[in-house]
Amino acid sequence: MSPDDLRQRVADALAHARKGGASQAAASATNDSGLTLRVRMRSVETLESHQGHSLGVTVYRGQRQGSASTSNLSPQAVRETVRKALSLARFAAEDEFAGLAEAGRMATEFPQLDLYHPWGLDAGQAMELALECEAAALDADPRISNSEGAGVDSGESSYAYGNSHGFLKAGRSSSHSVYCAVLSEQDGRMERDYEFSVARAPEELAPVKEVGGNAAKYTLRRLGARKIKSTRAPVVFAPRVARSLIGHFCAAVSGRALYNRASFLLDSLGKPVFADCVNLSERPHVPRGPASRAYDAEGVATANREVVGGGIINGYFLGSYSARKLGMDTTGNAGGAHNLQLESTGETLEELLGGMGDGLVVTELMGQGANIVTGDYSRGAAGYWVRGGAPAHAVNEITIAGNLKDMFRNIRAIGADIDRRGGIQTGSILIDSLSVAGA
Amino acid sequence: MSALPDPSTCAARPGAVALARASLLESSGLGDPQLDRALGALLRPGVDWGDLYFSEHSSESWVLEDGIVKTASHDQGRGMSARAVSGDKSGFAYSDELDPSTLLQAAKTAGAIARDGGRGQVMARRAGASRVLYAPGDPGAGFSDPAKVELLHALDREARAADPRVRQVIASLSIARKLVLICSSDGRLAADDRPLARLGLTVLLERKGEVRHGVSGWGGRLPLVELFNETQAREHAREAVRQAVVNLDAQPAPAGEEVVVLGPGWPGILLHEAVGHGLEGDFNRKGVSAFAGRIGEAVASEQCTVVDDGSLPGRRGSLQVDDEGTPTGRTVLIENGILTGYMQDRLNARLMGVQPTGNGRRESYACLPMPRMTNTFMMPGPHDPEEIIRSVPRGVYARNFGGGQVDITSGKFVFSASEAYRIEDGKLGAPLRDATLIGDGPTVLTRVSMIGSDLALDPGIGVCGKEGQSVPVGVGMPTVRVDGITVGGTA
Repeated sequence: MSPDDLRQRVADALAHARKGGASQAAASATNDSGLTLRVRMRSVETLESHQGHSLGVTVYRGQRQGSASTSNLSPQAVRETVRKALSLARFAAEDEFAGLAEAGRMATEFPQLDLYHPWGLDAGQAMELALECEAAALDADPRISNSEGAGVDSGESSYAYGNSHGFLKAGRSSSHSVYCAVLSEQDGRMERDYEFSVARAPEELAPVKEVGGNAAKYTLRRLGARKIKSTRAPVVFAPRVARSLIGHFCAAVSGRALYNRASFLLDSLGKPVFADCVNLSERPHVPRGPASRAYDAEGVATANREVVGGGIINGYFLGSYSARKLGMDTTGNAGGAHNLQLESTGETLEELLGGMGDGLVVTELMGQGANIVTGDYSRGAAGYWVRGGAPAHAVNEITIAGNLKDMFRNIRAIGADIDRRGGIQTGSILIDSLSVAGA
Repeated sequence: MSALPDPSTCAARPGAVALARASLLESSGLGDPQLDRALGALLRPGVDWGDLYFSEHSSESWVLEDGIVKTASHDQGRGMSARAVSGDKSGFAYSDELDPSTLLQAAKTAGAIARDGGRGQVMARRAGASRVLYAPGDPGAGFSDPAKVELLHALDREARAADPRVRQVIASLSIARKLVLICSSDGRLAADDRPLARLGLTVLLERKGEVRHGVSGWGGRLPLVELFNETQAREHAREAVRQAVVNLDAQPAPAGEEVVVLGPGWPGILLHEAVGHGLEGDFNRKGVSAFAGRIGEAVASEQCTVVDDGSLPGRRGSLQVDDEGTPTGRTVLIENGILTGYMQDRLNARLMGVQPTGNGRRESYACLPMPRMTNTFMMPGPHDPEEIIRSVPRGVYARNFGGGQVDITSGKFVFSASEAYRIEDGKLGAPLRDATLIGDGPTVLTRVSMIGSDLALDPGIGVCGKEGQSVPVGVGMPTVRVDGITVGGTA
């Protein structure tokens, strides 16, 4: 379905809601399609063709709210879905904070985000790319012993959002990716690691040979991993795991955690939560950006802002509901953050390791051990030990632990090795003194 | 509760296959000729076998926060997919539209995977029999919308009554029903009508500015009428509050190897992570699991017997038939310490020359099936749980856990304790703050030195993720003593 078709379905849903007695309503619809091809051990493993729709509607009867969604976009199903939402709204309680975002906050300017670059990839081309990617990994070293495979994914999606303020927009975007995961073996012990590349436009993907080569390099780096004695040590979080630290920060200053007082960062606005070298900005309008949006999930205009400046928190992540609960204004973050960028303090990875001396580099984190209520942090980790500023040996079966409040204050440097593959972009982060548990 | 539904409204129903045929096929103009044509298109030369999967689902969720039911939401959908298998290759296409031409197109697209090899044939269809493990239909049937609202208020009241320091209660109810129909080229025709219900609550408790949370919940493939009563609401509300209170006084957990005693029930997540994923057939066929090629070897102390059982009545992880139409059953994974079997779907079983075990699961019609766990647990042992704690001079007793994760290749796994205590001289001491435990799957069970007699299954709220697909699962374990696992604290 085209963006115009979806826009029409959304308009229909809003009309049904109005006729059905809704005082306010919002609706959104998406249509995704794509191709996924996976190869393993130099032969095709799966070829998947994707095609799916969905439509969701939220209605308000005064201050009572109901929602419904469907994967069937027929006119009859859309009408039925709205009817269901209206019926559920009767049973919800009056909530003085319920409702759409204020009409005056709706986006009126729509910068060119350049998010749509269809590939037109067919199964044969996808197979060649995936085979080449995996071969680059398998052929890299005799210790590469097995493969979980390589894959190419190409997808596009159309979307529309509208609400009873008269806001109604539609658009489309694309996303393409290549990944590879291989195993290495030494002394009867196996290790696995991976690499991927993702982009809006196919020509911005990393060359498949580079993806395969990196997968092999990372997997080989893990050979000979061993547990270390429990200690306290400085820790460098490699970029691909460092973004999770910023993710925990976002969770702790998100509206719902704040109004429920379920956060270790309550009342933190204007306070120095991070070390003063930390600057975090939000840039929603980056062309081809992974999390670029002209408006948020409520139609509210997004804008550039400096979330953290010199370690001080300048803003939360709020939608209109949590903003009203907190007596604040929405920050245009209904549905999440839009391209967060942590500013580098300028050091290369080598310089970070040199500055650290002896310590741990974490390249993989395991488990969900971050408690957003208390800030207590304890996660499984793997990576490598650094001695005198140089990699010494691989490490696994350890945990790292601390409290996020202390960890944020103890950030010493942010590397220039910025990973731009996701909605949170950061280089390696060096944190002083975490508890490392091992043997 | 004033609005309890009348259980006698549950009348006799037609079998799942007849129901699924009527609801998914006949209403969309799909009959035997259309199925045969699609299977014919799927089985191009080179395809060994294939299947068509149809499903429809509806779900509803209600959330209480700040003492009011703020929102209710409903979701429904239906769709179908076609899969063609040629050796170890799968071709797959799906659509959320059900009609003869879309079905035929999906079958042709999926069949294009074939390159060489097999010569599958479409066989005559026959419906298979399966056990009845749960009542069919909408698990919310007979439970009115006002009754659902009242149920959440009951949880809220009980939690606030349990401790005056409770300052927020978030309670949620979700009820879902999924009807699936599987039609494969070898003539298998199977259906499953799967109810699923879950109640959960989180309480936040504050003492002098310090906030702690506690969680509890329960569920299963049971009608809401059976699942919910006031006694259970009170027990779970008190349980969530109790955990939050315990956490108020928690001390930093130790860092390093400790003797750990795991409590009964939910700590069975140890098995799910340490051995469960590593024993899924796909990882073993490919040789990427730390357990690959180790059938017949000792991987646990000889007291340990671990099973996966998808045929337990009413359990969250149970299925009458899996998503490939294979009836579920009990698979012994580890027997008296010896690795005895893997969990299989059809593709991996065929390639490994064994029988499928009823573990072929998919999140939805839009996903390829793969071997997944159902309800995974350890059989009970001879010891009194108190005796196990008394046997530990110094260690940690872990009673509740959050999530876990495993690297099946290196075998390293984690699971995060959300309620734990110091053990000193055989007695429980101070509560400990959240800590992740990390171990090595192929060796951790060799360190199990005592197993309790108190096998318990979790309360029915578990979800397992693999390659982006989430499915409901169960875990269970008796009290177990592990002589050495790394505890990731700070002290």
